[in-house]
Amino acid sequence: MVGQAFSSPTNIFAPMSTPAHSILDLSLFVLAITATIFIVVSGLLLYAVVKFRTRAGAEDREPAQVYGSTQIETAWTIIPILIVVVLFLATARVIHALQDAPEPPNALDVIAIGHQYWWEFRYPKLGIVTANELHIPVSDPARPMPTFLQLLSADTDHSFWVPELAGKTDLIPNHPNRLWMDPQRTGVFLGQCAQYCGVQHAKMLLRVSVDSPDVFASWVHDQQQPSFSDARAAAGQRVFEQTACINCHTVAGTSANGRFGPDLTHLLSRATIASGAAQNTPENLRLWIQEPDSIKPASLMPAMKLSDTDLDAVVSYMETLR
Amino acid sequence: MSTNAMTIPAGNIEGRVWVDTLHQWLTTVDHKRLGLLYIAYSLLFLLVAGVEALVIRVQLMHSHNNFVSPQVFNRMFTMHGTTMIFFVIMPVLFGFGNYLVPLMIGARDMAFPRLNAFSFWLTALGGLLLYFSFLGGSGLYGAGNAPDVGWWAYAPLTARAFSPGHSSDYWTLALLVSGFGSIATGINIIATVLCMRCPGMELSRMPLLAWLYLVMSGLVLITITPLSAAQIMLLIDRYLGGHFFDAQAGGSAVLWMHFFWIFGHPEVYILIIPAFAFMSEIVPVFSRKPIFGYPVMVAATVAIGFVSMSVWAHHMFTVGMSSKSNSFFTITSMVIAVPTGIKIFNWLGTMWGGRIQFKTPMLFSIGFLFQFLIAGLTGIMQATAPFDWQLSLSYFVVAHFHYVIVGGIMFALFAAFYYWYPKMTGRMLSEALGKWHFWLFLVGFHLTFDVMHIPGLLGMPRRIYTYEPGRGWDTLNLLITIGAFLQGIAILVFVANLFLSYFKGEKAGNDPWDAWTLEWAVGSPPPGYNFASIPVVASRRPLWDEKHPEDPDSRYE
Repeated sequence: MVGQAFSSPTNIFAPMSTPAHSILDLSLFVLAITATIFIVVSGLLLYAVVKFRTRAGAEDREPAQVYGSTQIETAWTIIPILIVVVLFLATARVIHALQDAPEPPNALDVIAIGHQYWWEFRYPKLGIVTANELHIPVSDPARPMPTFLQLLSADTDHSFWVPELAGKTDLIPNHPNRLWMDPQRTGVFLGQCAQYCGVQHAKMLLRVSVDSPDVFASWVHDQQQPSFSDARAAAGQRVFEQTACINCHTVAGTSANGRFGPDLTHLLSRATIASGAAQNTPENLRLWIQEPDSIKPASLMPAMKLSDTDLDAVVSYMETLR
Repeated sequence: MSTNAMTIPAGNIEGRVWVDTLHQWLTTVDHKRLGLLYIAYSLLFLLVAGVEALVIRVQLMHSHNNFVSPQVFNRMFTMHGTTMIFFVIMPVLFGFGNYLVPLMIGARDMAFPRLNAFSFWLTALGGLLLYFSFLGGSGLYGAGNAPDVGWWAYAPLTARAFSPGHSSDYWTLALLVSGFGSIATGINIIATVLCMRCPGMELSRMPLLAWLYLVMSGLVLITITPLSAAQIMLLIDRYLGGHFFDAQAGGSAVLWMHFFWIFGHPEVYILIIPAFAFMSEIVPVFSRKPIFGYPVMVAATVAIGFVSMSVWAHHMFTVGMSSKSNSFFTITSMVIAVPTGIKIFNWLGTMWGGRIQFKTPMLFSIGFLFQFLIAGLTGIMQATAPFDWQLSLSYFVVAHFHYVIVGGIMFALFAAFYYWYPKMTGRMLSEALGKWHFWLFLVGFHLTFDVMHIPGLLGMPRRIYTYEPGRGWDTLNLLITIGAFLQGIAILVFVANLFLSYFKGEKAGNDPWDAWTLEWAVGSPPPGYNFASIPVVASRRPLWDEKHPEDPDSRYE
């Protein structure tokens, strides 16, 4: 199988969720049919090319002039029609099963909002807002607990694609979409924006953390806490609240309530910053605040041009937002 | 290049000859000269857009490469796509159509020669406008920049908030202007085919090439029109406060997608139908048999023309249409495989029992048949909406449509160049260089585009200027880049062949391939008036009848 020959964390041949599974089953069926057609037709072509080549001594003799054959032409019209009917019926079944699946009452609802160039995730029933790293519970096939995403966009078109969990669906302004998945294994699944959305489309990366029920519950509990306030970081918090940071970022419980950039209330709970473009380390945070272009050129995060003292203070403050 | 019909007043000064020649080419209304102008113009843009492709490939050679900035990369893929579709493939196909259709139907020119010249100069202006953006794209904002919105220019990326300056305006105007040129050419070809055929050439006796250009021109009329309308709507949005596509003000980003793809998918057939036309002329001659199942070939083409107008939203399976819409566009997209399959089978039937000559035009034609088969099969995979939810917007799609456009259309075009160059210039292209060109291009093509399917299956989206290590994409992308350079070298061999053979090529004579259609009855290059006396035909292969009076085609049709 093509997919297994290459190791990749974003392989469509390694499905871990019902939508990705049904898509793969259908895909393998289509691949089998198309491979058969390929072998038959290319075999005939190859045979014709070899068998009917000009042979030495026959250069001047014209072959029999044949103008067509109604029987043969009818045959190669009807056989493809039958194949198309079979393919269509198999496809329509999967389209209906995946797209029209009813949402069970226990499903987790998440609103995913695409921004240039990051992801906002809101859990309306849980009162959680986070960014770039989606946390969802694992779904036991015996007691399914799927996640239903409502897909919105704040600016241009984006597309949510985590190949091992589901096919992609676009996030389009003024055109809400829906996507669901029920991952059957815990772990971190990777993906990224698939619809060209502007200069930094390439670094609009996506991580989905599929957690066991306990881990998910404790993640939810932590995210629901107000921001952590540490007296030792008061200086940094003051700088943060007195500069343009708060125009775009929210830290719950402070005066920072901007919505243009990611919510930073629990920044430390995330493994990456800049929508996956860099690991979440103090050095990277510092670089990201002072010189974002060195991590992600033309991202909408402005270079803050802070003094070294202020920069140290803000980074230490960020390091308390756990 | 062609012989002059008019007498030129002899100039006293040496330089006058050049001025006169230039003047004649700039003011010509001769269909053959306009055809050659189209072809020369598109070859120039082929080199430009090829260099853009190589920039893209060098940048993607390995993960986190910094060869160009993201801004430059985005301009490169936008310009590469726009240029290749609108200023390489479209004009070169119109060029061959212009040159060949009147000759093959026994006419002395197109129905509207001056409209024909007007169309060419509109197309030429469109290309210049697009490339002027490199200088003037930002208007008063500073240095120029080319459009970077992708060749579909999806809303709202083209709104002024996301695309300030004038770069996307140049894109809009270039397509609008060249679109009017295409529409006029479409009208011209339809009128020519319907009204200018020589005596005896009933519709059922027309060379397939003329039939296919007729269908292609019909598609041009129907589908360039919504594209032009959408461009005007976009200009209204950008400069007159309209809200057609402005989602923040109640407009619809999805509306643009519908407008674009109701043009964009039939456009694929506008491009591939002339490639079918070349195949339908070349495969029979080098198999030494008439085309198999002529009436079915015509019917299949007309069917493709109609069905192609109902498949556009298969480009939008990820947009969130209802399950009913997705099912509808799945079935229409699969149905189009039936007439397309018929064509492949009929070319196969033409070769079957023939005496195949492996001259360069036939080599490229055989390449076309294999590659177009594969492109059709990966097309079926993407017509399967759920499969497409994984494949769409990934490198699999990029590989698929390059298989159609390069593996299909470009191979057919190269076949056409090697086949009709002798008619256009009076000299043969070198067979030795031709074989080098074919094999280098074949290996480069397969290295690039066979491999390119795989990163798509491994989750690599298109239009990303760089990617993370550890995704399993690095080695594959390096191979793809190497293949791209092989194709680049092959193109240089081809261009060298065009130039060298023009001066040193073997003399062609009227009919170097022992072919059967009317263009081979006249001199190479044909005189300005084409036919000294208008021919009269009695079958689909008038020259066969002439060469085999004992066994003419007219007996069997």
